[in-house]
Amino acid sequence: MARTLADATRRVLGSRRRGDRAAAVPGADDTDAALVADLVEAIGADRVRADAAARYLASRDASIYKEGNAGPVCYPGSTSDVVECVKVATRHARAVSPRGAGTGLAGGAAPLGQPVVLSMTRMDRLLEIDLDNGVAWVQPGMVNLDLSRALAPHGVHYAPDPSSQAACTIGGNVANNSGGPHCLAYGVTSAHVLAVEVVMSDASVVTLGDLTAEPAGYDLRGAFVGSEGMCGIATAVAVRLTRNPPAVRTMLLSFDDVSDAATTVSAIIAAGIVPAAIEMMDQRCVTAVEDFAQAGYPRDAAAVLLVEVDGPAGGVAIAGERVADIARRNQAISVRTAADDDERARLWKGRKSAFGAVANVMPDYYLHDTVVPRTRLVEVLERIYEIVDRHDLIVLNVFHAGDGNLHPILAYDSRVPGTGERVQAAGREIIEMSLDMGGALTGEHGIGVEKREYMNRMFSAVDLDQQSRLRASFDPHCRMNPGKVLPSAHSCSDIGALRASDAAGVWG
Amino acid sequence: MTEFDEALTAFAAEVGTDGPVCVRGGGTRWSLGGEVAPGTREVQAPEGIVAFEPAEMTVRVRAGTPVAGLHEELAGDGQRTALPERAGGTVGGALMAGESSIACLGLGPVRDVLLQARYVCADGRIASAGAGTVKNVSGFDLCRLLVGSLGTLGLVGEVLLRTFPVGETERWVRLAGTDPGAVRSCYTAASVLWDSTDVWILLSGYAVDVDDDLSRLAALGACEDVDGPPELPPHRWACTPAEAAAFDARNGAAGPFVAEIGVGVVHASQPQPFRPVESGVVELNRRFKERFDPTGRLNPGRDPLRKP
Repeated sequence: MARTLADATRRVLGSRRRGDRAAAVPGADDTDAALVADLVEAIGADRVRADAAARYLASRDASIYKEGNAGPVCYPGSTSDVVECVKVATRHARAVSPRGAGTGLAGGAAPLGQPVVLSMTRMDRLLEIDLDNGVAWVQPGMVNLDLSRALAPHGVHYAPDPSSQAACTIGGNVANNSGGPHCLAYGVTSAHVLAVEVVMSDASVVTLGDLTAEPAGYDLRGAFVGSEGMCGIATAVAVRLTRNPPAVRTMLLSFDDVSDAATTVSAIIAAGIVPAAIEMMDQRCVTAVEDFAQAGYPRDAAAVLLVEVDGPAGGVAIAGERVADIARRNQAISVRTAADDDERARLWKGRKSAFGAVANVMPDYYLHDTVVPRTRLVEVLERIYEIVDRHDLIVLNVFHAGDGNLHPILAYDSRVPGTGERVQAAGREIIEMSLDMGGALTGEHGIGVEKREYMNRMFSAVDLDQQSRLRASFDPHCRMNPGKVLPSAHSCSDIGALRASDAAGVWG
Repeated sequence: MTEFDEALTAFAAEVGTDGPVCVRGGGTRWSLGGEVAPGTREVQAPEGIVAFEPAEMTVRVRAGTPVAGLHEELAGDGQRTALPERAGGTVGGALMAGESSIACLGLGPVRDVLLQARYVCADGRIASAGAGTVKNVSGFDLCRLLVGSLGTLGLVGEVLLRTFPVGETERWVRLAGTDPGAVRSCYTAASVLWDSTDVWILLSGYAVDVDDDLSRLAALGACEDVDGPPELPPHRWACTPAEAAAFDARNGAAGPFVAEIGVGVVHASQPQPFRPVESGVVELNRRFKERFDPTGRLNPGRDPLRKP
């Protein structure tokens, strides 16, 4: 990092000596002066930054990947600003990488090869609430939770609720096909996006999907959602509005054995109950959360399940009782039902602050995201503890148990020599174990840079060739957020512009 | 990565590596998106359930399997998929047509059913898209692209589908002369159909909730039990939910109709007039077809842009 800042400072000083148009933007890199000048001319000086601080911030996301390298950073205020930026970038033979809040955990928003970065955070307005069609049009920079707050007076909400929902943007959610606890019953982002206005790599503007149930042609919005910024830049999104359920019951089930909790999860699904959410936390996580958020979780439990059922009141009562029965049959030591909205909010606060709470345990953490068949949770958790013990590390488990979406958090101190290697090795084993169990590389965080080279482990060369055809159909010249998702052999040839160091793996 | 089963590899061999080829399922939507070009070799996808895992709520099934037969099997464990049942219709056909069930409101659309697809590419090789789990965002979402593609990008041989529990109680009722907007308060409505006079409603859920909704409906007017939905006119119109709810005599060309309220599909007596598609969308469709099937051998003559 010290070196990056030193380089950046040199750039700042270098550019100040120049008297050309780029001087309007402090800190423009020498080599980028003409590019920056053109961007300024296209969208205005107040929407372009090339100083070291802006580039540094735009070079990273919330992952541990630190090798991102942003070119000039633009803050478009409209679709036409985005169009102009793409045109200028193309003229200068530079790629374009969009980003939202940068809360991504896989390096998807870490720009590779000094592209023009488009920070979409100023396009954060709610454009229209259309109750007759059950949709809202929003700009990509709108924060997920702000959207649900704005919808609240209408008795509807936006269902996908990632843990980062207080910060993450709808555009980022579209890029990652984000999930969240309530996606168990309601489905992930893809099921809640009806249409997307996209600026394509050739600077044309196309609306993928529409408000009809079955738009003509290929399901292009379906293909676009989850494409990690590599198929174009979303400038407006039509999201589905979900009716607020008439009744909700939130329960905290505690167990003195992790396996009993995992068995309970499988038993609930096997009984034909699809709760709105089933979240699991193990003891280390519960302790960290209690120290941090005082959610009222029992510290003596080996594991807790946070289960929510919703719908009409009668069914909620029945499903709630059935869930409680299943838990008791599986040796639950306590079954607590939230008595009111306050208690319910407190229980969820504990779950949603889990990642922040890790800071009280260790200074660094590496959060994994894999999926396994939900019937195999007992065995999978045993394997995770075994792997982590063997590498002499600490793990906190907090995850979407209902759909088998694991989030083991490896907590560590990067100042201790050799720790990084052990975290990396344990992480690799967890990923491989998940795949061996019939699982998937990622359930909601995406591939980004982090898991790019694992794609060969999950998919054959034929499979990856098909995926690269999808990408190339949208963006034939690989100008959009290049270098992500597909392993190097399947990436476009013309991303040679990427510097070799950028293409290195997560740990460099 | 997996070993593909024999039925799938045999299907790939039958599809081969060159020459125009189309897949016949139940033939229930055979002309959707255009007639297959003359002289196209016809093949059939393999049939049979590979693995049903009720506790996982998934089923692995070969594309040539009839949907009704699949649902019969799943019903043994109180489950089903969101695929529509048409007499003789197959799993592959339903996915490739991409038309949701009339109970879409409750079941969700066909596009969300597909978790994993194993399909024969234009070059005759077998590709796998998606994952064997209920949640996955590993790479680009080819599964969504395949649903509704009419077999023009790849020929699906085997799929993993999401299943879910059938409602404890399911009841079709009819309300004479009711405004369909008035039934919005029914949370258990899995289908609301309206023919400009009467409203048919499928209630699905816990008996106690269905009963609640029934008393709510009774307050609106005469509500009678019926065997099922009304007969649906043959032509499917793509509409927004608002357009469907306001569908009326002004659409004289449609003839008698049944609108799916809250969804946006209208079943009409006459075909839907051409709805213009943005040129950028047309161009993208062309590029997808060209990239996935450079020689145009897969289901030639069919074009998803010409649906419905």
